[in-house]
Amino acid sequence: MTDAPETYSALDEVAQPRVRRSRLQKAWIALKGAPLTAWFGMIVIAIYMVVALLAPLIAPYGEADSSFGAYLPWGDGHVFGTDQIGRDIFSRLIYGARNTIGIAVVTTLLAFLVGGGLGLAAAISRGWVDQFLARAIDVLMAIPSLIFALMLLSIFGSSVWSLVVIIALLDSTRVFRLTRAVAMNVAVMEYVEAARLRGEGLGWVMRREILPNIMPPLVAEFGLRFCFVFLTIAALSFLGVGIQPPTADWGSMVRENASLIQFAQYDLKAGITPLLPAGAIALLTIAVNFVVDWFLIKTSGLRDEV
Amino acid sequence: MADDLLLDMRDVVIDGFSDERWHPIVRGVSLTLRRGEVLGLIGESGAGKSTLGLAAMGFARPGCRLTSGRIVFDGIDLMTASETKRQALRGSRIAYVAQSAAAAFNPAHRLIDQTVEATLAHGLRPEAEAVEDAKALYAAMKLPEPNTIGFRYPHQVSGGQLQRAMTAMAMSARPDLIIFDEPTTALDVTTQVNVLAAMKEAVERFDTAAIYITHDLAVVAQMADRIKVLRHGREIEEAETAEMLARPKDPYTRSLWAVRSIEKPARAASEPILEIAGVTAAYGSKPVLHDVTIRVPKGRTIAVVGESGSGKSTTARVVTGLLPPIEGTVRFDGAGLPPALKGRSKEQLRRIQMIYQMADTAMNPRHRVSEIIGRPLTFYRGLKGRAREEEVTRLLKLIELDESFADRLPGELSGGQKQRICIARALAAEPDLVICDEVTSALDQVVQEGILKLLMRLQEELGVTYIFITHDIATVRAIADEIVVMHQGRVVEQGPKDDILSPPHPDYTALLLASVPTMEPGWLEGAVIRQSALHAPD
Repeated sequence: MTDAPETYSALDEVAQPRVRRSRLQKAWIALKGAPLTAWFGMIVIAIYMVVALLAPLIAPYGEADSSFGAYLPWGDGHVFGTDQIGRDIFSRLIYGARNTIGIAVVTTLLAFLVGGGLGLAAAISRGWVDQFLARAIDVLMAIPSLIFALMLLSIFGSSVWSLVVIIALLDSTRVFRLTRAVAMNVAVMEYVEAARLRGEGLGWVMRREILPNIMPPLVAEFGLRFCFVFLTIAALSFLGVGIQPPTADWGSMVRENASLIQFAQYDLKAGITPLLPAGAIALLTIAVNFVVDWFLIKTSGLRDEV
Repeated sequence: MADDLLLDMRDVVIDGFSDERWHPIVRGVSLTLRRGEVLGLIGESGAGKSTLGLAAMGFARPGCRLTSGRIVFDGIDLMTASETKRQALRGSRIAYVAQSAAAAFNPAHRLIDQTVEATLAHGLRPEAEAVEDAKALYAAMKLPEPNTIGFRYPHQVSGGQLQRAMTAMAMSARPDLIIFDEPTTALDVTTQVNVLAAMKEAVERFDTAAIYITHDLAVVAQMADRIKVLRHGREIEEAETAEMLARPKDPYTRSLWAVRSIEKPARAASEPILEIAGVTAAYGSKPVLHDVTIRVPKGRTIAVVGESGSGKSTTARVVTGLLPPIEGTVRFDGAGLPPALKGRSKEQLRRIQMIYQMADTAMNPRHRVSEIIGRPLTFYRGLKGRAREEEVTRLLKLIELDESFADRLPGELSGGQKQRICIARALAAEPDLVICDEVTSALDQVVQEGILKLLMRLQEELGVTYIFITHDIATVRAIADEIVVMHQGRVVEQGPKDDILSPPHPDYTALLLASVPTMEPGWLEGAVIRQSALHAPD
């Protein structure tokens, strides 16, 4: 460290900042410090992504190919056997990744677009806009979401798109609440006031002044929200109103093969079969949560252990 | 007693953790304190004053560590003592008075319970006795109704009273050493005098040793027997107070006096650019401004002074259009200004710019300097691409920074540099009127001087008009042409600087001027007498 010069100069007040690192370098530095759990989560998510994207290449048989005998045991050409109408369970698990994750991602994105946009608008406008939106959302949240979703799905029918829109709207309520709360804290900052004094419009203030400053909690919420959406889809499919056959989906796979579990005492492997899609759901949920936890600790500066 | 040495710190090194590694905050400072002695620690922010003060209790903030050196308190080595042993000292033999009393008190408990908490926790005396003693301490701190004030909650008393209650809390266990960490920085000048006097009296009465941490030379001159100047974690110099004030050796110490040396003759008034006439404004149903009339002459600096709550900043909000007044008008350059922000044209918005007190919160932490300065250029003047880049560079030069700053984020700037960027942002709009809301009060003396000189130079070059909101009389002396004194939402008086600052004064102006600490030893005692003659508030 050099000593400060005798005469005062604004230029010399602070040393030059370190060499600016590229995003890639920064990401790598952050990754190197990641705990084991986060690494585990990221690897699991990466594997799921690859499987989902390359499903047709990886799967040994077609998604709805029912040309085999029903309830075939494990091994012998079918790694996890076949289901009640003779479809290869391993292949359906792989296609299921594609359908379930794909729909969950689209739904979560839509929920954030709607909930986040309204939340930001409410936080900036305040007054009656905020009151109206917040109270309307409160009403929506007062209804148990699974029952509400069941009701809407029975009205609009369970196509993939109505599924996406309905779950997205129901989940956007929570995104709205979070966005509004964190955006409120930023909206009172003087730089937002400065932007308003400059005469900037609502869109600029939302996108350029507030959004960059509330990204960390939103990204974390995105991860968690994704898990909930994913679980909701699986639950609806399990109840029979979610993704419809023959499309492979983990929730409905659990339901279709649920009866196999009672044969566990004769053939342990057959008993495990319905648990495989359930396990796939659980594993992804845990992986996402690990990554979100790490991200939250990193961005909020909270440290459990040092 | 031959050995009256209470605290002996030798070559203390304290490291702080940031950017994944340890940086030195305090680099080998030694300090001794005898019983009953008051040592003033002075320096700009980041000099390591507070860190050193806490180290005297054997405590390091989270993220900091006591790396090396010796800290011996009354024969106990705090560096090697167990945490239990150190805890036994804190609150009983060493006490701490923090800067923000409002943040230091638990809002859910009564003052008196918190005052005696440490005394009871250490089992120093029975509860009834401690409570009686606390009341006596409140009386000693000159709190009103000492017998009952303790049964109030923190939000039910004023900031000055809370700060006194905290001193009483520190005194409760009759410690040998109290560490005052900028205890009056958050208070108004008129309140500060009384709190300082009460603290000084209490310290003398109980013969307590104290370390008084502050960045205000005048305050430390009143409180301390000896002064130690710190900078960048190192000791610059140490001397008896009188000696230090009369003959500071180090050029850095001398530069701490700097802002008080700026002098500017007031210029004659010119035709007004802004006229605020009969403005009454309120937040909801709470009136804050009553019939405020201010004339702002073109190309001059008008200083609006008053303590917090006097309506200075609210006046600024009325001018900028953030708070439309209930009554009255604001005329700008001969034409009426629409009362609300939404009603104003881009051109009207461009001509009035604002610079804030806290440069930290006035700049978006995610925007680079090029964006912060460049946005008004695009927004008001339609500059894009190269033209915008060149203009950003020109503006950076204007505020004495170079073009390499364009690429920085606000987090990579010092306090003074941030405020300069805010000035550049305001100038980017080529305004006629700039409202400076306490722009230097969060900065250190040396940096303040730089910013004030810059503002004065820019006024000469560009002819802008300043409304300079401040509570610091030294700043007013340095830069104002005219002064407006405000009190409780009303204008007490307005006039040329020399008229306002020389007697005769209206009562409130006299009180305000009499409360500003000076370097003269013994000023504090005199000030309290003068104030009581002028029926002090609080």
